[in-house]
Amino acid sequence: MNHLVIAPILLPLIAGIVLLLLRHLDINPRRGFSLAMVVGQIVLAAGLLRAVGGGDILVYALGDWPAPYGIVLVADRLSAWMLLITAVLALFALLYASRGIDVGTSADAGDSPGKRAGDGHFHVLFQLQLMGLNGAFLTGDLFNLFVFFEVLLLASYGLVLHGGGRLKTRAGLHYVVLNLAGSSLFLIAVGTLYGLFGTLNMADLAVRMAAVSPENLGPARAAGLLLFGVFALKAALLPLYLWLPAAYAQTSAPVAALFAIMTKVGAYSILRVSTLIFGAEAGGVSALIEPWLLPLALLTLMIGLLGALAARFLREQAAYLVIASVGSLLTAFALASPAGIAAGLYYLPHSVFIGAALFLLADRIAVSRNLAGDAIGDHIGDHFQPAPTMAGAALLGGLFFVSAILAAGLPPLSGFVGKFLLLRAALEHPDAAWIIGLVLLGGLLGMIALARSGSLLFFRSLPPPRVVPVATGAVVAWPALLPIFGLLALCIGLTLAAGPIHAYVSATAEQLLQPYHYVHAVLGGRP
Amino acid sequence: MEALIALLIGVLTTCGVYLLLRGRTFPVVLGLTFLSYAVNLFLFAMGRLAIGQPPVIGTGLPGYTDPLPQALVLTAIVIGFAMTAFVIMLALKARAELGNDHVDGKDGE
Repeated sequence: MNHLVIAPILLPLIAGIVLLLLRHLDINPRRGFSLAMVVGQIVLAAGLLRAVGGGDILVYALGDWPAPYGIVLVADRLSAWMLLITAVLALFALLYASRGIDVGTSADAGDSPGKRAGDGHFHVLFQLQLMGLNGAFLTGDLFNLFVFFEVLLLASYGLVLHGGGRLKTRAGLHYVVLNLAGSSLFLIAVGTLYGLFGTLNMADLAVRMAAVSPENLGPARAAGLLLFGVFALKAALLPLYLWLPAAYAQTSAPVAALFAIMTKVGAYSILRVSTLIFGAEAGGVSALIEPWLLPLALLTLMIGLLGALAARFLREQAAYLVIASVGSLLTAFALASPAGIAAGLYYLPHSVFIGAALFLLADRIAVSRNLAGDAIGDHIGDHFQPAPTMAGAALLGGLFFVSAILAAGLPPLSGFVGKFLLLRAALEHPDAAWIIGLVLLGGLLGMIALARSGSLLFFRSLPPPRVVPVATGAVVAWPALLPIFGLLALCIGLTLAAGPIHAYVSATAEQLLQPYHYVHAVLGGRP
Repeated sequence: MEALIALLIGVLTTCGVYLLLRGRTFPVVLGLTFLSYAVNLFLFAMGRLAIGQPPVIGTGLPGYTDPLPQALVLTAIVIGFAMTAFVIMLALKARAELGNDHVDGKDGE
């Protein structure tokens, strides 16, 4: 048994506990420890990726109880891919947070400045959030998926509220209540499945679902669609997306950046469950989700971009772009073909990194504009209104330009590659005209939205105030911009290494569409 | 007994959903609690209802009751308990910071 499989869950758990014990220490050692632990997780995820890259499926039976009775962790290509994306994203979000947001005196537009709410717990919650994310990607058991969802949600509740402020509290309340209701639905779905099949192991469920008796077909379909509803809530699919813009636009920037992966947990769960349990071999319940998923995903893409067009400030726009990226991602997954899923898995890290970069950049722009705006008594932030020229406008503008190209999916960067793969995969689909038309229209809308915000933020500026308030060095300081550069560099890396990455995600898609191997690895004899 | 349990779960869920849709935080918290009670009962009933049966399989016993849903429900109760405590604290914080107990922070009604 390979202990590497459980290490990505244990490392953040231990780090979280240690950080909790050390909470009275000075902030700098804690920052360093937290960062080192995240780097450790990158190493572990990369090691796991190498171990499963050849197509092996690693199964870790907790307590060495054999599969259908005990709880298993399963690492396949998809899990390792998600783990690596999470760990890399977390590193940059944490680097940005270490600029001072982690002590609770957030620099963004909080209306209770100087309040040190949650001091000392940011890093603890951050690590526990990572534990929940890693666990959700690794578990092979439906009830454990619920438990890890709760772990990551509970940590995220604390992170959303971190820093304090009225708007944050209101957005946080909605977010928490909605997710608690979602958790209840999740449990009802899990309970129904257990009542029908007497198992919650996903591989075992796949086997029994294929042999479901006609009189149980109705409840099985109901449970499957209920699960889909819960995952759609986490992924912010069309009717269930309303919680996202407020929560993401109001929380602190590094937390919003980390949350770029949270919607993808829902997308991951939809992909995992629809290929494994409700896959092609599932008899009467096969292809349960796809007929719903495709139209909803396309509508989500449209709504997200309309929201981005109507947004009043940059953070809100970035939040709506996250919704749009979920739409593109799930459109790709809904194609249910190897090419479609591969396109989605290529698009996924791109959308996560660029979403995070936009949140961080919006925060920098807000800080910079506030410094200029404060001189005329206007706390303008990243609202789309004319303001005095911000400090470091050229550098921030250049970064925004590159981010906009990436986010809108223009050539030559990774957004374009992802969109191209998606469109090519859509050609084989019977509804190709709709998919291609809406995705291309989405690209156009995204471009218009970002061009509008870019020109409002950078071109329509008032003359600079007579009193230059501060040295510009504080705003365009390299340590603050480093995470943004890093995230954009990752996207460029995705473009340059598109060949090998596409080979990997294609192999992942093949593996997902042959659930037999997964089932065999989990149930077929002990490792 | 099945009908009684089903009715109980149904009534709890109805009350929970109704209260969840109210505009003030206190009914919302109560609604979440009702909903989690309903879910716990539902999970429990999914192991089939049996009276006076041991939770282990053995020779010479009339039958057995499934112990796994009980373990599941215990986990769900613990998580639900922690979540309720958290959401109550959050509601109090919102009451203090927003100046009223409406979920949108607007003192309409």
